[in-house]
Amino acid sequence: MSKTQKSNFITYGIVIAAYIILEVLMLTGNLSSHLKGLLVPMTYYAVIAVALNLCVGILGELSIGHCGFMCLGAFSSAFFSRATEQIIPTVPRFLMAFIIGIAVAALFGFLIGIPVLRLKGDYLAIVTLAFGEIIKNVINSFYIGIDSKGLHFTMKSAMDLNMEKDGDIIINGAMGITGTPHNANFTIGIVVLLISLFIVQNLVNSRDGRAIMAIRDNYIAAEATGINVTGYKMMAFTISAAIAGAAGVLFSHNITTLTASSQYFGYNASIMILVYVVLGGIGNIRGSVIAACILYMLPEMLRGLNTYRMLIYSIVLIIMMIVNWSPKVIAWRKKTFGGLNLISILTGKKKGVA
Amino acid sequence: MSFLTYLINGLSLGSIYAIIALGYTMVYGIAKMLNFAHGDFIMVGCYIIFSVSAALSGNSVVGIIVAIILCTLLGVTTEFVAYRPLRGAASPLAVLITAIGVSYLLENIALLIYGADIKSFTSVINWEGVSFAGGQLKIQGVTIVTILVSVVILIVLQLFINKTKQGQAMLAASEDKAAAALMGIDVNKTIALTFAIGSALAAVAGALLCSAYPSLSPYTGAMPGIKAFVAAVLGGIGSIPGAMIGGLVLGIVEILSKTYISSQLSDAIVFGILVIVLLVKPTGILGKKVQEKV
Repeated sequence: MSKTQKSNFITYGIVIAAYIILEVLMLTGNLSSHLKGLLVPMTYYAVIAVALNLCVGILGELSIGHCGFMCLGAFSSAFFSRATEQIIPTVPRFLMAFIIGIAVAALFGFLIGIPVLRLKGDYLAIVTLAFGEIIKNVINSFYIGIDSKGLHFTMKSAMDLNMEKDGDIIINGAMGITGTPHNANFTIGIVVLLISLFIVQNLVNSRDGRAIMAIRDNYIAAEATGINVTGYKMMAFTISAAIAGAAGVLFSHNITTLTASSQYFGYNASIMILVYVVLGGIGNIRGSVIAACILYMLPEMLRGLNTYRMLIYSIVLIIMMIVNWSPKVIAWRKKTFGGLNLISILTGKKKGVA
Repeated sequence: MSFLTYLINGLSLGSIYAIIALGYTMVYGIAKMLNFAHGDFIMVGCYIIFSVSAALSGNSVVGIIVAIILCTLLGVTTEFVAYRPLRGAASPLAVLITAIGVSYLLENIALLIYGADIKSFTSVINWEGVSFAGGQLKIQGVTIVTILVSVVILIVLQLFINKTKQGQAMLAASEDKAAAALMGIDVNKTIALTFAIGSALAAVAGALLCSAYPSLSPYTGAMPGIKAFVAAVLGGIGSIPGAMIGGLVLGIVEILSKTYISSQLSDAIVFGILVIVLLVKPTGILGKKVQEKV
């Protein structure tokens, strides 16, 4: 077994071990209902962190609008599930919801990627932010209903749908989608996480992945060696968007009322996921999963501290960034501890990848 | 006539965005970092004016001066404690995330002190304004003051950067830090000065923003901050006249689309404008194109 294969299996092993431990805790009743409710969000945040790491760490393009793709996946799949709830049985419907959510997110990832990937650096970042906000805003003004005559669509108000009496409003503007079936659970979340890990880790270790990383490190040199820069960029961005869409499907099938609110899909949410990626190690897939789980749980665990919890979280964030990244602190740490640090032990990397 | 009123309102909102964007663009130009906490400096400024005015029974002039001084100190301190240690870090993302941490920190401190409920902010400008054409066209005092203040700030900043030694040092440091240091410029001090100016501008913008839209909460600064950043990018980040143009365009587009198209979609239209401009001109309206050398 090669070194990378070994590393990949360690990642799957960590996820599966965590799953077994949490399942055992759940079966023996050692998990409070509050914590149980956090398990599915933990998995979809880990999934989208993996997706964003593909974009930020492997492709090297900063995206601060990834929650927009999650939003697309969530709304398209929830719309499908709500519309076909009475017609299709649960298992095939949920599978189809996944396919639809992923396909829609991938399609928009592709379409948005065409203009976005022409830009560079911070300009690219701000345009991804812009697209994320546009997606959220546009979905917020959608009204779609279904009745005996078929689908009705407007962007004005629920009254403008002109529905029959038996009509059912599925997307109700800023009120979103209510009553999506709760099909997602912790096991499905873990399966989705494992599949996305499998896709991303295998991509990274493939010929395509090496081409993508070559573009990240020096796109001029990559182009000169005959790598199709635009093509590979589009590929990585689209796959990243598709995985974010899968996270959205989990999201929408775990919540009763789905709204395109800033709290879940705004730039703040996208930045929160970027925090997971950066603290887990840019380009380090396993680190993203671990960081997403720890950092998602941390503020929730601090709930006892009430109003102080986000204050503590922000201070911890600043200190961790300085300890991990400041050139002076790194030099001091090397002198005193000989290059060892907690993150590198956890994630199994000797050197941080920039 | 109503169109003209909306246009002037747009100019006023645009002027506020422009003042915030000036701070953004200066900090970006020299420190090459997106200071995500910049919007929260606005909020801090507003709360200081709010508290000082309340303590002095409505004396807002003292409030504004105190806010400008404290915001300047806050900007310099933040730069020193949180951003300076990360200069030269292996990834530019490190300082970005730290800025986000600072943003969370300021929001949560405000949340602890003032609570989450929205405070009603008393306008710092007690001028009714003027009306033309027999009352058909009314321009509020705050609108006129906002536009005037932003013009004055723009002129003063341009003079400062082009005519003074410190201003030239800023330009030099934003071009090439190492070369500037060799020419005897204290780069750290210059960056600190930039943060000081940017934060002082944020306090001024806060006073104007909350006078025009008098509701104050810990999240007041977040969205204007992001929009001002969009304005800075739209105008060409690093360029001071660009920030002004970007801010005005954004303000006018936002008010007009809110009025004539849809209030729900106005943000989408604002961000859409950014996307379109960047597609045509990838470095913004007045941005310089930097050739990449192999």
